[in-house]
Amino acid sequence: MDKKTDVSILTWILVAFCIINIFFLVTGKLGFDAKGLGIITAVALTLAMYSFLYKDNPVFKIAENLFVGVAMGYWIIITWFNILKPDVYEQLIVPFFKDTGNAPQYIVIIPTLLGIFMLLRFSDKLSWLSRWSFAFVVGLGAGITIPNFIHAFILKQLTFDSLIAGSLPDSINNFLILLGVVSVLIYFFFSLEHKGVIGGVSRIGVWFLMIAFGASFGFTVMARMSLLIGRIQFLIRDWLGIIQ
Amino acid sequence: MERLLKIDRRIIFVFVAAAVTIPLLIKFDLPVIATKEVRGIYDKIDSLSEGSHVLIAFDYDPASKEELQPMAVALLHHCFKNNIKVIGMTLNPGGTGLADSAITEVGKEYGRKYKEDYVFLGYKTGVELVMINMGENIYSAFPKDFKGNATTDMPALKDVQSLQDFDFVVDLASGSSIEAWIAFGKEKYNFDLGAGCTAVIGPDMYPFLQSKQIEGLMSGLKGAAEYETLINRKSSAVAGMSPQSVVHVLVVFFVIFGNTLYFMTRRKK
Repeated sequence: MDKKTDVSILTWILVAFCIINIFFLVTGKLGFDAKGLGIITAVALTLAMYSFLYKDNPVFKIAENLFVGVAMGYWIIITWFNILKPDVYEQLIVPFFKDTGNAPQYIVIIPTLLGIFMLLRFSDKLSWLSRWSFAFVVGLGAGITIPNFIHAFILKQLTFDSLIAGSLPDSINNFLILLGVVSVLIYFFFSLEHKGVIGGVSRIGVWFLMIAFGASFGFTVMARMSLLIGRIQFLIRDWLGIIQ
Repeated sequence: MERLLKIDRRIIFVFVAAAVTIPLLIKFDLPVIATKEVRGIYDKIDSLSEGSHVLIAFDYDPASKEELQPMAVALLHHCFKNNIKVIGMTLNPGGTGLADSAITEVGKEYGRKYKEDYVFLGYKTGVELVMINMGENIYSAFPKDFKGNATTDMPALKDVQSLQDFDFVVDLASGSSIEAWIAFGKEKYNFDLGAGCTAVIGPDMYPFLQSKQIEGLMSGLKGAAEYETLINRKSSAVAGMSPQSVVHVLVVFFVIFGNTLYFMTRRKK
């Protein structure tokens, strides 16, 4: 379709959208308040995002960039009020200049400086300071993560009760898990040629992998459709008021 | 036949949109049967006595709202109905608004009082470091709640010093926070943990159910619908199950249709 047709489709949709909303506002179906205007904004942005399904267009781009900007602004405000203000400003800066009855928490200077050093990556002269912060984060992260992950995700997962469980289906499940783990591990064992028994077991491993990928794909389809269902529920319930 | 294989993708979008919209308009109910995984969380909360403390971590943002918010609301209904004290928090800055509105609206519905029956601690950065901090001393991790009130003398947090003092912890996650709660929370400080997650990460969570590292699992909108059924309060998640089923049938049909055409054209060549 040519550009002229696209512009006329967009114009007609915009006109229809405006007429519907003016009608809703005039009839009182949507209040002329924060809630009503919020719904109209949310509907406009939802339709703008889904307009990408037709083709990439300026309305989608505006909504996409708006989302990134609003999300970033929201994150900054939340970070200020939940972290910087209570943990740095009120703990260190306010007691330093004003008598609040609490002594300034000088220990806060260390993480604050490390945080500022991270931002110095943008400076050509001082970017070397950011390495201190990264070294601290990597060292601390590795030290905390490695033992906890080995315990929680390897040792705990290796704990095996018994093949014989309380009921027959549970016993079959346990056997399938054991077979799945062993056959997939053998499939990824490349020191032996996949022939004979090893080849047979690794082929079973391939089947387990295929079933796992299929299950993951099925769950992903379900997730994406859930998002669409939620948006359509919003459009026909909260905006159009067709369903309750 | 090759023309069918090169069908405009927008035609498929129209079919999907119709498959979602029509069942919502016609409204037909399909049975939603609660699975063992979802029942695990329900049974745990149901077994708690009045005044118990449940920590709900709202670790998701508006991008996953459609799947996780119905779960959160259903959980909150169950807790408030059983007179359980709810402590909310989030490790995702985008989750603060959703968590605050869910906890406040459901709390009001049951006449529960902020600070006495429930509290929302807000957001803290650091994920695993926050968990370790909470495991040592919750007041050090959250000296103030989301509204700026001091947490130390809050009645809702009475008898709670650290993560170990919670009777149950539920993480509602759209990312990898469930693994973090297991590794740095449950395994380190030994408390009962339940999980709710988006359907995308659902399959990755099943090994933790098998190893009993989580008590139960709600996965995607289906998990939320099952919980709504269990608490006998059918809402948006249950309403979403009929379009979900119809659209799944449509996707299966398209997969079979596309593959059949593909193999037929290949044979012809």
